[in-house]
Amino acid sequence: MTSEDPMHHRDDDHHHDNHFSDTQARVKALETVLTQKGLIDPAAIDAIVETYETKIGPRNGARVVARAWSEPDFADWLRSDATAAIASLGYTGRQGEHMRAVFNTPETHNLVVCTLCSCYPWAVLGLPPVWYKAPPYRSRAVIDPRGVLEEFGVKLPETKKIRVWDSTAELRYIVIPERPAGTEGLDQESLGDLVTRDSMIGTGLAIAAGGTR
Amino acid sequence: MNGAQDLGGQHGMGPVAPEKDEPYFHAEWEKRALGLTLSCGAFGAWTIDESRHARESLSPATYLSASYYEIWTRALETLLKRHGFISAAELAAGQMLEKGREPKRILTADMVPAVLAKGGPCDRPAPEAPAFAVGEQVRTKNFNPETHTRLPRYARARTGIVEAVQGSFVFPDDNAHGKGENPQWVYTVVFDAGEIWGEGADPSLTVSIDAWESYLERA
Repeated sequence: MTSEDPMHHRDDDHHHDNHFSDTQARVKALETVLTQKGLIDPAAIDAIVETYETKIGPRNGARVVARAWSEPDFADWLRSDATAAIASLGYTGRQGEHMRAVFNTPETHNLVVCTLCSCYPWAVLGLPPVWYKAPPYRSRAVIDPRGVLEEFGVKLPETKKIRVWDSTAELRYIVIPERPAGTEGLDQESLGDLVTRDSMIGTGLAIAAGGTR
Repeated sequence: MNGAQDLGGQHGMGPVAPEKDEPYFHAEWEKRALGLTLSCGAFGAWTIDESRHARESLSPATYLSASYYEIWTRALETLLKRHGFISAAELAAGQMLEKGREPKRILTADMVPAVLAKGGPCDRPAPEAPAFAVGEQVRTKNFNPETHTRLPRYARARTGIVEAVQGSFVFPDDNAHGKGENPQWVYTVVFDAGEIWGEGADPSLTVSIDAWESYLERA
């Protein structure tokens, strides 16, 4: 259950225009009524939250990328059937049912967005960050990706092509960033440490060898 | 529908402002909102397409000022009322006042791992072979339905190239409104930025959408 007690503050909240506390009260009312009706199991909510806080997150995707960097056969499998290749590592299910992997190259940088809602590859990246679901990113990624990338500290050479993938259907995209130079001797676990969440959305690059997050 | 959700190419929304070391949740109520949305989705009373339509049907002023978990919560209220699980009076009172409809399934904690690992695949066999082939030039239709669609405004009446045939999937424009799954082929169609944005477009940019077959015509 929640650690706060929104009911306690409810009367006060209704006296001012406060989206945050108003929504908090709405959520509390919903959970209370649905629990009284026996329609939900509050412990199921705890289990869902725990899953996405501790089990399903961008480390899943980083393992996919590290394997693709290390094993050309796996990279080819990702290109031809990303859903099956990713499932072979145990990452399946909700918002990862139909996966596509898109590979950055020296010529082209890939960027993923959902202009219409918040489609995101949960099975490999977990829950999306707030900015991914918010109007600035969703509006600008398709018209001004270079400007968006600069806000993430990424400046691409003007000669580099940019491909934006708008997730308008049920395919979910993971970007396979370019492998940093000087990482030939690293094992897959060390390689995975260079793979950030943003590099798999396309708003970042993999960390340079010896660099920090 | 031409709602506030159709954001591609809009101006004035401000900087992206990524948050360093962003937590998964910014408040306890966001966790409950996520869990409630998934738990109620498990009733099997509505589809993901109907959920998306409920979210985009919020008034534009509300949609654009709300956080995403607030959008989800408001849409969930709509869906629960529409399908008879909860009444407006109960939401206002924050208490159960009457017995409502019984769902097909109630998600319990022990079911969660299997349900999340299974997800909700929406690929379905299509009745015909694909109408378009990789490499073919196509034009998206110009339409403005008041109902749900996944063809964004910026990509309507644009000419592009079929890059991939991605399989056949539930057609959301019908499924969101209880008209059946009516699966269609889905194609990745890529456009030059100049075709979409015209003068001043970034010449190094291409943009793709995933388009259901009925969104497309041979060009």
